[in-house]
Amino acid sequence: MEKLVNTIERLGGVNLLPVALAVVAFVLIGNPSSWVTLTVAGLAMGMMIFLMASGLSLVFGLMNVLNFGHSAFVSFGAFVAASVLAGLSGWLSGDSIMLGALALFLAVSAALLFGLIAGWFFETVIIRPVYEDHLRQILITMGALIVSEQIILAVWGGTPTAVPRPDFLEGALIIGDISIEIYRIFAFALGLVVYIALYAVLNRTRIGLLIRAGVESREMVEALGFRIDRLFIGVFMLGSALAAVGGAMWAGYETLISPALGGEIMIIVFIVVIIGGLGSIEGTLLGAIMVGLVGNYVGFLAPKLALASNMLLMMAILMWRPSGLRPAVK
Amino acid sequence: MSLLSISAMQTSIGQYAILHDVTLEVPEGGVFVLLGRNGAGKTTTLRSIMGLWRPSPGSVRLRGQDITGMHTADIARKGIAYVPENMGIFGGLTVAENMVLATSKGQFDAARLKRVHSLFPALEQFWTKQAWSLSGGQKQMLSVARAIIEPRDLILIDEPTKGLAPAIINAMAEAFREIAESTTILLVEQNFNFARSLGRDMAVIDDGRIAHTGPMDAFAADAALQDRLLGLS
Repeated sequence: MEKLVNTIERLGGVNLLPVALAVVAFVLIGNPSSWVTLTVAGLAMGMMIFLMASGLSLVFGLMNVLNFGHSAFVSFGAFVAASVLAGLSGWLSGDSIMLGALALFLAVSAALLFGLIAGWFFETVIIRPVYEDHLRQILITMGALIVSEQIILAVWGGTPTAVPRPDFLEGALIIGDISIEIYRIFAFALGLVVYIALYAVLNRTRIGLLIRAGVESREMVEALGFRIDRLFIGVFMLGSALAAVGGAMWAGYETLISPALGGEIMIIVFIVVIIGGLGSIEGTLLGAIMVGLVGNYVGFLAPKLALASNMLLMMAILMWRPSGLRPAVK
Repeated sequence: MSLLSISAMQTSIGQYAILHDVTLEVPEGGVFVLLGRNGAGKTTTLRSIMGLWRPSPGSVRLRGQDITGMHTADIARKGIAYVPENMGIFGGLTVAENMVLATSKGQFDAARLKRVHSLFPALEQFWTKQAWSLSGGQKQMLSVARAIIEPRDLILIDEPTKGLAPAIINAMAEAFREIAESTTILLVEQNFNFARSLGRDMAVIDDGRIAHTGPMDAFAADAALQDRLLGLS
């Protein structure tokens, strides 16, 4: 038994979980083309959830802040991107891939910029007065989430908003019996690029080293001579911007969004952060992919269990590893 | 002039007053030992010096400069290093990353790094390992090594022998003797034999007040005083 555990650890340990899940799903689904479609959909969904959750994980880990308002950035990112795409709809439906790509770039950039500015405002005005007080953090950030939903309602209205997509991201790749939506490939690729960039910053730069150390012990980083409070606002802005970009991508995926989007996504984001392990980008990616895959597989195999599947996944993982799959603090 | 002067320092944590009146002069050079029973206020004294808890009222001066109320990071940059009781290592970081964080510019001075490796050879051996995988003694070595990788005026060390094997404690004592040749150590310790073997001057804290100060040799020779202040007999 010990030999088996050591071998699994050598091969990748908990990183193998999505692979194991995919193998089990392959056996249960039976149909290879359905399995590929569901797996790609799960990976794409996982990457979008990763974008939305990674910032929350860092903010939670580094700043010890329970920000229930995090999903407000997701909502705003989605609506800002939708507005930019709607304004540039003439570029989306033409023959030019360049114009469509430019419109998409501008939409995602607008969401990113909004996330940075809103993150700065949120940290300075709402979070800073309630550091070290979790109860007040929960109350004030929940309040901020409700207020932000009302702002979205006032600006964009209560009826669902359609999100146009560039023509070049419409349709699907057909390989034999297998059909893969192009947008899902794009979402997966963007999520992967963001993950690699985040990983590089956290593991190859001095600021990244300070963030990783700060997640473990803020006090000790300060005792080594670093003003970690100055890092807080940067991390908070980055986390908010990533959530907004995730929201923009989610909007394109759903193609119809409502002001309740943030509240709906909040539970999934928190599940991912908890099962991944607080403050860990690798854990967040692993958790997001697990949630994406489980959601799609269970939705196909047992649709009635789809809503409960992520909660069951979280319970199972926490019973096995109470600190999550890959916690930053060991 | 003393290296560190603490005057009438009082520190409260929440509604609980921990330090009532700590007045202490730590001379430059060697090891100054702060002794006391459990809960007497030893750790609180170190944390208050480091700015991790704010003393009020009272003052802390380093080479005559008032550092009371300064941010912990600024106090560290004035030349005070802190080795906490729980060692404060970053388990998810490698030994090398833990060490590089303790440098002000992210680069090692080759001579100092060589000295650290000669004092604690295990750290060189496990340089690329994650710190959580080290043994208790190796973690303590890493914590002390971080404190000496840059030049410091004063190193605050909190109960470094707690839970360590006798062989490691002896090695640690040797290392502290060598470190104290070039910097000042303020050592909080419960292991009286360890403290006696290192300390030149000492103080005893009792119920948040300094109850005794003087040379270590005189205190070590006075069994009655030890019994009264520390319960040793």
